[in-house]
Amino acid sequence: MPEHTFRLNGEQVTVDVADDVRLLWVLRDVLGVTGPKYGCGISVCQACVSHVNGKAVTPCTVPVGDLDASDEVTTIEGLPDTVGEELHPMQEAWLEQDVSQCGYCQPGQIMAAVALVRRSAEEGRDITDDDLDGIRNICRCGTYLRIREAIRAGAAHM
Amino acid sequence: MSTDGEAPVSEPGGHVVGRRRFFGYVLAGATLVTAAGPIPATAAWAEEAQNESLSGSVDLNDVMTLAARPTSNLIKVEVHEDSTVSFALPRAETGQGITTSTAMLIAEELDVPVSQVRVTLADARPELVFNQLTGASNTTISTYTPVRTAAAIARRRLLEAAADEFGADLDDLVLREGVISDGSGHSAQIGSLVEKAASENTEEVSVDLKTSEDFSVIGEPQNRIDAVEAVTGRKKFTLDLDVDDALPTMVCRAPTINGTPESVVNTDEVLQMPGVTDVATISTGVAVRAETFGQCIDAVRALEVSWEPGSVDGLSDEDVLQELQEAELPMVPAPPGSSTVDETFTFYFRNNSALEPNCAIADVRSDSAEIWSGLKAPIVARGAIAEKIGLRPSAVTVHVPESGGSFGRKLFFDAAVEAAEASKEIGKPVKLMWHRADDTRQGRTQPMATSRVRISHDGDRVLRYDQRHTSVATDLSHGFGDVVTAMAAEIPGLDGTFAQVFFQLSQARSYDFGHESRLLNEVNRGFNTGSMRNVYSPNVVCARELMVDRLAQELDRDPYEFRRELLTDERARAALDRVAEVGEWGREMPSDTAQGIAFMHEYKSECAVLAEIDCRQETIDREVRDGVTGPRVTKVVLAVDVGLAVNPRGLEAQMQGCVMDGIALAMTSSLHLEDGHFLEASWDNYFYTRQWNTPPEIEVVIMPASGEPGGAGELGVAPVKAAVACAYGRAVGAMPTSFPINHGDLSFEPRPNVPPVPEPPSDGLDNAE
Repeated sequence: MPEHTFRLNGEQVTVDVADDVRLLWVLRDVLGVTGPKYGCGISVCQACVSHVNGKAVTPCTVPVGDLDASDEVTTIEGLPDTVGEELHPMQEAWLEQDVSQCGYCQPGQIMAAVALVRRSAEEGRDITDDDLDGIRNICRCGTYLRIREAIRAGAAHM
Repeated sequence: MSTDGEAPVSEPGGHVVGRRRFFGYVLAGATLVTAAGPIPATAAWAEEAQNESLSGSVDLNDVMTLAARPTSNLIKVEVHEDSTVSFALPRAETGQGITTSTAMLIAEELDVPVSQVRVTLADARPELVFNQLTGASNTTISTYTPVRTAAAIARRRLLEAAADEFGADLDDLVLREGVISDGSGHSAQIGSLVEKAASENTEEVSVDLKTSEDFSVIGEPQNRIDAVEAVTGRKKFTLDLDVDDALPTMVCRAPTINGTPESVVNTDEVLQMPGVTDVATISTGVAVRAETFGQCIDAVRALEVSWEPGSVDGLSDEDVLQELQEAELPMVPAPPGSSTVDETFTFYFRNNSALEPNCAIADVRSDSAEIWSGLKAPIVARGAIAEKIGLRPSAVTVHVPESGGSFGRKLFFDAAVEAAEASKEIGKPVKLMWHRADDTRQGRTQPMATSRVRISHDGDRVLRYDQRHTSVATDLSHGFGDVVTAMAAEIPGLDGTFAQVFFQLSQARSYDFGHESRLLNEVNRGFNTGSMRNVYSPNVVCARELMVDRLAQELDRDPYEFRRELLTDERARAALDRVAEVGEWGREMPSDTAQGIAFMHEYKSECAVLAEIDCRQETIDREVRDGVTGPRVTKVVLAVDVGLAVNPRGLEAQMQGCVMDGIALAMTSSLHLEDGHFLEASWDNYFYTRQWNTPPEIEVVIMPASGEPGGAGELGVAPVKAAVACAYGRAVGAMPTSFPINHGDLSFEPRPNVPPVPEPPSDGLDNAE
């Protein structure tokens, strides 16, 4: 089987798996990194959102063969290390607002939120209601309101 | 409840309860383990039946609470040498926050910090009989007293041990934050006293519980105890567990509902696919086991299977609707001389699918089996699993990991039974997961229903209220059934079919309508159904509230004032008044926007909702890729009186979630049945509320404590749905009669149903943002 190598949460990893296996399953089933969740497998629910080179992707739609050795994959497990803290400011905001109910979607929500704040910062602007309306992540527990509050609070500390 | 007959005392809010002495046990053991005493259901029932503070009607919660009581002595609080306190909760945590609220009950009575209490979920424990069923918002109601009793006994026992240790008087000791001190220099962590506090023999003891004026934990906002685990990705759900050799497994399913496999054309070919280890035909389809779920999906898509017919082949929405119309029970004639308002409402199939799909891990051996699955009725599940794989129930161990949501779905155990069958057939452990498309198309649904309402009145005076609810049968075979059947003999006045009894128990009188009758008739048992959050109420109450609005309109009365007059209960009126005040009922609104107001009493709790909706064309026309927009609910004010909110912050979260559910049910969420299958296959098809449908303003008002905890987990769904529907009707000038409102417009291109699951996209990196 072909070998694939990429960077995962700051470490170089190599896996032996077919090219077209999506990154989500490489993370969860091969590497045992279970923070990114399955909710649909077709990039609708966004429960698996993680970062590749700092940008949000849905790993359920990334064939592992598309990754280069230097590509940096960050899952929720590696998010705190990107700021050198025990928790990322967005995770702190999530705790402060007591956002999670069942918690299943929250890793994806947090990773999507961090990418959104980065994008708006690059564009030199604050998070708007339209930005928040545009978040596609599903929360079946309906924590949307606290998510919105947490993103605004987290953005202030990023 | 047991009492030694002390005089009743008045608690805040004017609710009179007996200050009672509760008895329980210190159990034999090397460490300190305590439990509440058992209470015979019959005696408890007799006591409560005579208690005038009850709402006057028995509801499902009374039945569940009574059914749980005889075994409440079997759930134990344990104090450890590291000063932590542990408790294995015999309920499912599915996001509703019961591990946190249970930790609070223990922390309160034991005087330890909440962070020192570890609440885990118990394995299936058949000896608990009816005391391990999570549903009907009953957890806190049924565990409130037993859990506190066990904790209070532990506290008492620790204090006695400390008195002995310090040579001090019991009365001079203070237990605070897990430390006992005597005021003259002695102090000890509770963990250092557990050995001394333990008992060689099981001893019966009695204890007083704190009264509400002494509470310092109960009633204070508390963040969830599992929050850090959740935000770091460390929280483990079933699919995250690492069980040796339990490889990913999925099932190729039939194109129509409940179709079964006849034969597989290309087993050998699929076995050659990368990663695939096993292919096995089981009763629900063809199971594939592989190194990764991605390879399972590829294999499921590659399988060529011929299928036997399903259970509802050929049926579409309109056929079911016709069947419902034909089965509607007759209305009684209106009283002579009265006028009536009369309307029939339609509610299409809905999906209670949680974000965590149906899933389970199974390791079935020749003489035993071990199962892991988020189950709300694990004892019943264990029996069903044992039957399926031909083992004695006692040979089956069922673990209950935390669930990624439920909304009623996890009352059933479809994936657990299927995983057990697959593991047995394959002869290896499996980690079985349903694809989202499976979950939507073959999973449990909230059944399609019609509800006819007639209100007979003489001017402003309502003479009678009649409702004829006709529904595709709701499958209740997960344990509610056993509870109700077992308790039926204890409850006078209940007769009729089981579904009828259940329906009556789950519906309560909200208004003074004079004479009231609500009847259920069920048809067609071919669908996979179950209880969805708030069960019948989102439909029954929505229909009722719309008709209250219609009557108010005919009488030229204000919808709020009219409701207020129909409410006789003070708590109910207070909640309604509160939303009217906070939500500024009657304020000037632009055209095509409006307010709606609704009320519901259920499971000892009161809930009133005011919603505002924007139906202006520019709002309806908002464009979101693959998303449903339409009218937007712009504001919701919800007032809730649950008697006593153990954790107000958790209750607020539950009510916020109920807001999203109610909006979805009113506006966007339904399944379309066509030719024996549902068209929906993803979250962009089955349209639960998304951020762009979320009200920018939500205010949850928690009413002052008025007694002991009532139901809280699902209470808001029905009145939110009703208030949104009422607001919509007032905004567009026509009462809606079919739900969700957008059901008539299919908002997506249906995905194929052969193969049963969609192809995973491969353009992820191109869409990085």
